[in-house]
Amino acid sequence: MTLEKTPKLRRGFRFQWEPVQQSHVLLYPEGMVKLNGSAGAILAEVDGVRPVHQIIHSLEQQFPEAGPLAADVEAFLADAVQQQWIEWS
Amino acid sequence: MTVVAEARVGPPLWLLAELTYRCPLQCPYCSNPLDYASQQQELSTEQWLDVLRQGRAMGAAQLGFSGGEPLVRQDLPELIAGARDLGYYTNLITSGIGLTEAKVQAFAEAGLDHIQVSFQASDPELNNAVAGSRKAFEQKLAMARAVKAAGYPMVLNFVIHRHNIHQMNDILALCENLDADYVELATCQYYGWAFKNREGLMPSKAQLVQAEQEVNDYRHDLRTRGRPMKVIFVTPDYYEERPKACMNGWGNLFLTVAPDGTALPCHSARLLPIDFPNVQTKSLNDIWYHSPGFNHYRGDSWMPEPCRSCDEKDKDFGGCRCQAYLLTGNADNADPVCSKSPHNDRILAARTAADHATAGLDDLIYRNARNSKLLYRG
Ligand code: SF4
Ligand code: SF4
Repeated sequence: MTLEKTPKLRRGFRFQWEPVQQSHVLLYPEGMVKLNGSAGAILAEVDGVRPVHQIIHSLEQQFPEAGPLAADVEAFLADAVQQQWIEWS
Repeated sequence: MTVVAEARVGPPLWLLAELTYRCPLQCPYCSNPLDYASQQQELSTEQWLDVLRQGRAMGAAQLGFSGGEPLVRQDLPELIAGARDLGYYTNLITSGIGLTEAKVQAFAEAGLDHIQVSFQASDPELNNAVAGSRKAFEQKLAMARAVKAAGYPMVLNFVIHRHNIHQMNDILALCENLDADYVELATCQYYGWAFKNREGLMPSKAQLVQAEQEVNDYRHDLRTRGRPMKVIFVTPDYYEERPKACMNGWGNLFLTVAPDGTALPCHSARLLPIDFPNVQTKSLNDIWYHSPGFNHYRGDSWMPEPCRSCDEKDKDFGGCRCQAYLLTGNADNADPVCSKSPHNDRILAARTAADHATAGLDDLIYRNARNSKLLYRG
């Protein structure tokens, strides 16, 4: 259902790799979330251009051993919308 | 002991750069030291950039520019650009006084991520009385609009006390009108000038309960109308039974650098009888991991009773050292907010005083150079 939609980071949010923490983080006004490996991998694909199905495809190619990822990716993105980290563009 | 501490100490992820104590406003709850007027020394541009470089290398990712009023520093665009190049998420915490549309634009181009504008109230009269400035409110409104128009996420901050706590609905309506993304309703924390003025600032329990109700109703309203504005209400810990886990633990995440380069575990720690190091004479790494000042209250071996044998000490670290010091005279003590503290009566007395307070705005001691010098001498 969300496969055709395109997620993008909300204004004021920045996603980056932090060497000292050895993880991706999401930065926003006076806040920071440390992301686990899969959350970091998914958000790294969120560029405001590619829709969900392309993101899933790209992740499945990067992690072939993980099997189908659609359900996990969709669940994470729904949660990220709920958290107001991302929005549908 | 230093070595043991070091093994467990994480990096300072959060850096607060208090660029200056200079400020055109006179808020009676200002968190700057009472004797700020006698501390006029400020780090140079190059010194600040060096601090930022060192902090970033140690892992700091969030950077706040505050003060005083950071806008009085002419090198602010340079500092912002330097910070952004290093990879910081940069926050400017300002009263909006001295801001112009041109500056809002220039800062955006330099890479500033976010501007927080603070207000004193929802109407010009009260706002300007608290700020001690006649034109403050109009300027703040104009700048809040400019910040939004320039595409920044909009965070509005209101310091709440007994003279504006009845305004919750008006404040939130104003924020909505300005299209704020986040609203911080921060009840005064009683340090610095706010501690001096506590009797005149602290809301009564009844005022607080009503305000919380109004904020919750408004939040509900926002949800039903589908507005994403986030409202954060920080209530005063004087009405809690347990203290807050102050700064997430002493020297754990936060590193503040004061205008003259003094490094502090929080912005009010300067009032403690502890010798804090200065970035002009020590590296930030040395300061964070090895200085006696930063190691002073790490871990829990320093705790006296009742904290020492308390099973909640990992949760709140015994509360706030500054509050313990201000209210009991000894910073080692349990934060008197805790109902287990033998000094809890000081908090109870403050609550009773708040129920009977009659002080008006005129009775507050405003934060200005004249009062600072008087207090310092006295
Ligand atoms: S609290 Fe008020 S007086 Fe103090 S620095 Fe901020 S704007 Fe200036
Ligand atoms: S006694 Fe100390 S550690 Fe225990 S809850 Fe109170 S302040 Fe926290």
